[in-house]
Amino acid sequence: MTEFLQQLLNGLSLGAIYALIALGYTMVYGILRFINFAHSDVFMVGAFIGYFAGEHLPQGTVWGGLCALAAAMLGCAVLGILIERLVYRPLRGGPTLNVLITAIGVSLFLEYTGQLVFGATPRSFPQIFPAKTIAVGGLIVSTSQVLVIVVAGALMVALQFAVYRTKIGMAMRAVSLNPRAAQLVGVNIDVVISFTFALGSALAAAGGVLYALNYPSIDPLMGVAPGLKAFVAAVLGGIGNIPGAALGALILGMTETFVDGSRWSTYKDAIAFAVLIGILLFRPAGLLGRYTPEKV
Amino acid sequence: MPKPLIALIAAVVAAFGVSYFSDRIDPYYLDVMTGVGINIILAVSLNLVNGYTGQFSLGHAGFMSVGAYLSASITVLAGPRILGDSGGTALQQGLLFLCALIAGGLGAALAGLAVGIPSLRLKGDYLALVTLGFGEIIRVIFQNVDALGGALGLNGIPNYTTFFWVYAFAALTVYVVACLVRSTYGRGFIATHDDEIASEAVGLNTTRYKIVAFVVGAFFAGVAGGLYGHFKMTITPTGFDFTKSIEIVVMVILGGMGNTPGVILAAILLTLLPEVLRSVDEYRMVIYSLLLIVLMLVRPKGLFNFDYAGIFTRLRGRPRATPS
Repeated sequence: MTEFLQQLLNGLSLGAIYALIALGYTMVYGILRFINFAHSDVFMVGAFIGYFAGEHLPQGTVWGGLCALAAAMLGCAVLGILIERLVYRPLRGGPTLNVLITAIGVSLFLEYTGQLVFGATPRSFPQIFPAKTIAVGGLIVSTSQVLVIVVAGALMVALQFAVYRTKIGMAMRAVSLNPRAAQLVGVNIDVVISFTFALGSALAAAGGVLYALNYPSIDPLMGVAPGLKAFVAAVLGGIGNIPGAALGALILGMTETFVDGSRWSTYKDAIAFAVLIGILLFRPAGLLGRYTPEKV
Repeated sequence: MPKPLIALIAAVVAAFGVSYFSDRIDPYYLDVMTGVGINIILAVSLNLVNGYTGQFSLGHAGFMSVGAYLSASITVLAGPRILGDSGGTALQQGLLFLCALIAGGLGAALAGLAVGIPSLRLKGDYLALVTLGFGEIIRVIFQNVDALGGALGLNGIPNYTTFFWVYAFAALTVYVVACLVRSTYGRGFIATHDDEIASEAVGLNTTRYKIVAFVVGAFFAGVAGGLYGHFKMTITPTGFDFTKSIEIVVMVILGGMGNTPGVILAAILLTLLPEVLRSVDEYRMVIYSLLLIVLMLVRPKGLFNFDYAGIFTRLRGRPRATPS
């Protein structure tokens, strides 16, 4: 039982990180209908900003940690806006596949520039937050795990608020529903898309810092695997659907943790896809996505 | 004899001719050309699925790995028993290799059928992701099969791949794809790509077309995998991960979807590019990715999407004039 609870906790914190990344995928998809492959590398950049900020801040304090987190989120928000403005905007309205390939190009660019600037060797991430382990019953809870769950939860609540209770959030939902109609009623699409990218990238950056805290080594290719899993999570929940992304991420995080703890642990990387395929076969639009039949 | 068939035979003979004199070619150039040929097979076969039929598959490397492992295990595990201690004559080796390649292709085609039937109900990005997922699952399975070397991969594969084999199969791929989409039956692929609902309305079985495209594409990917394995002499599961699939997709899109000559040119260009940039090794991939972005911004319809009407009438059905 204790082991089960322990795995549940590990799965929850892994799922929370996946959720932070998946939200960015799903928001961009909801509005622009394309897979932003570069998102997983924004996650990596976020971890690196957190790393460099963490070196200059007092380590092991809550405020220092929060400052590093904020710096990473801010830096990546700017990066996200820049990528959208310089690369994706000129392609808007073109075939989706071109945008997809361009996104792959941006992703490779960030990865290899990262290798050039930061070096390919993994670095160990500083403990920017106070690190302790608490034993509750037989359960071993590390503060970084609690932190991941709390921060991710808070950010998701904030996102929910931003999307459903603010003016720009309403504009986002309008653009996602019908971009042309939104434009007709006076929504500035450019601003909304930039804002979406900023929001998604900031969440990915937070995910990057939290991931680095739990798996304390970072390198320029660290984003690839979690990025792919998070994307799977977004599709699992129904891409374009914000609560769906969080749900998919939790399912994925849990499944992966439990498989990792079993004797099938070497199949861990395949299980995410097996779950995905299994679910898509029965619900082709994901768990919470709505299936829209094509009309002529 | 129909003209395309003559062209195919001419290309195979030409490949044999070049291969005959391969001793005199610098081994480095020979290696690069072999790589180019394998990528042509991969890109042209994927073009049948992604370009002509319009189904976005991201799992081509997975099928490639099935072919690579199957054919390599035939030559490595069964080869010594069939050929005996002497290693057999060149002809015997060639026949064994041909059988291994075709077996690899058939195995990959079977995998394509198994993947295609359930997943081709899905559309667009969902299909892309499911094919990617299958590719990754295949990779993880190979990683866990100890008989095939597990994560370390399969080593000691005989070096059977020659210029001849690569370009003969490249010519065959182009021939099959070109003849297929130009046949009466094959118009259905293009119809499925252009408008699925309209094709269904006039009575085409679009699902069937998608599966056929998928299986044929997977077959040639498997053959390419076999050639790759016997060229590198060692294969690892990580060599067939989704970056490899993306590499092939990039060739197809840069060449112009559903444009075989363009895709061949893109395959050549994208294989040569990293080689040319080898002198600036550190910046190689950075330049590659920047070029990719710039090309997509500047030539959104594919690098080689010119008006082919004039050129094509002359080149009709001729897959590869001379392997260059």
